[in-house]
Amino acid sequence: MTRDEIVIAIKDIIQQIAPDEDLSSLDKGVRLRDQIELDSMDFLDIVMELRKLYGVQVPEADYKELATLEGCANYLESHLADKELHCASNA
Amino acid sequence: MALEPIAITGVGLASPNGLSLKEFRANLLTGKSGVRPWTIPIFGDTLAGICGFDPLRHQSKKELRRGTRAGSISVWCAHEALADAGIALEGLDRGRVGIYIGTTEHGNVETETEVLNLRQYGDDVRYWSHHHNPRTVANNPAGEVTLSLGITGPAYCMGGACAAGNLGLIQGVQMLQLGIVDCAIAGGVSESPRAFGIFASFHAQGALATHADPTKASRPFDRARNGIVVSEGGCLYTLERVSDAKRRGARILAIVSGYAVNSDAADFVLPDSDGQERCMRLALAHAGLEPGEIDVVNTHATSTPSGDVVECAAIRRVFASADKVLVNNTKSFIGHTMGAAGALELAGNIPGFEDGFVHPTINVDHLDPECEIPGLVLNTPRAAASQRRILNMSFGMLGINSAVIVERPSL
Repeated sequence: MTRDEIVIAIKDIIQQIAPDEDLSSLDKGVRLRDQIELDSMDFLDIVMELRKLYGVQVPEADYKELATLEGCANYLESHLADKELHCASNA
Repeated sequence: MALEPIAITGVGLASPNGLSLKEFRANLLTGKSGVRPWTIPIFGDTLAGICGFDPLRHQSKKELRRGTRAGSISVWCAHEALADAGIALEGLDRGRVGIYIGTTEHGNVETETEVLNLRQYGDDVRYWSHHHNPRTVANNPAGEVTLSLGITGPAYCMGGACAAGNLGLIQGVQMLQLGIVDCAIAGGVSESPRAFGIFASFHAQGALATHADPTKASRPFDRARNGIVVSEGGCLYTLERVSDAKRRGARILAIVSGYAVNSDAADFVLPDSDGQERCMRLALAHAGLEPGEIDVVNTHATSTPSGDVVECAAIRRVFASADKVLVNNTKSFIGHTMGAAGALELAGNIPGFEDGFVHPTINVDHLDPECEIPGLVLNTPRAAASQRRILNMSFGMLGINSAVIVERPSL
């Protein structure tokens, strides 16, 4: 996956977790929780979906790296380099 | 101590054959069943009563994803009940509203779902959802209502097997009479058809209904009855002290006259006629009534070969001298809505105070002689213009019995 595809993958996961949110204008550099309603249980859902869909295990100490879409791309780039994008929604 | 009478001022319900009291009642008077084919993982094809409400009327997609079916049914019923009662949340002291919901069981559906999910991941517990605990705690259905409505008063569930719907109602009455709350949202719910274990267990017990025509499968008192149809459903009432209801000019649907809960202390599963008789007599004594002052007995009968006979024997003894009492059964239309049953079946009968009919027990092609009771209303509604009081009974495993008596408000 490229960095852009990683952003698509994360947005796709968020769309499943927060189906009432409009993700079309998310700013990649701003904390996700400052832009949409996401609480700690939602965040654990993101981690769970990364585990289920891509086999990525994110240790708790690294959760802070996933605060923004940009952060997700930075952190997951090496983990997802050889993975293919799976999209459940049209995010 | 004289306790203030409690009024039922609103009803919110989800039944397999109706999503409002008006629709539910109409289908009970026209013989429309809500039982249908149902397929569930592991167990396979069976029958069930399923409620077709649109949960998005009162919940966001995210709330639905996070919560449980029992929570969703509860949220639906609570919103609908408040609207039916004309109670606006604005201006209401939400700390003085109590939510009391009876459940037969809670957590089976969510646990089974997680176990099946875990199978896909080689039983690696890292794939077990962090949502499991908030979904399976026993107060989940009531808690989801508090989140949806911003209610900050006492909110919890009462586990009472299939007697639970009445327990919620009784708890609401008591909390109002004690002055703990000013409004109670009370009744029972069930999500049971979503759990294969419920079906498998009844099947193993030889107590799960089968029939080529799903609408004929639930047939209490009929000679060919062969078991329970497991159904989901919910019914929550708004309850208020009569003085408060009158002060705000509320429409009063019925007044709770009395109730009782007791235990057989006899068997894990089998009902006990003596325990049921004691429960009915306790409720009559609590209401200060003689059997002849009851007009309608709404039975619990679940369509099992032995259970129906046991209950009929108890009714025969209690109402031996009451030759005008009419007896019916609501499960013949909707199956067994488990934790919702008491509250929901009572709701189906309350409109009789206004429309002057008693709904029948349907699907009785050949009445079992052991279920013969004077006053059984079979297959077609019976006109009974001057109904004053209804006695509803609900019984459950481990020998719990509950009975509630309500009366028409104009008495």
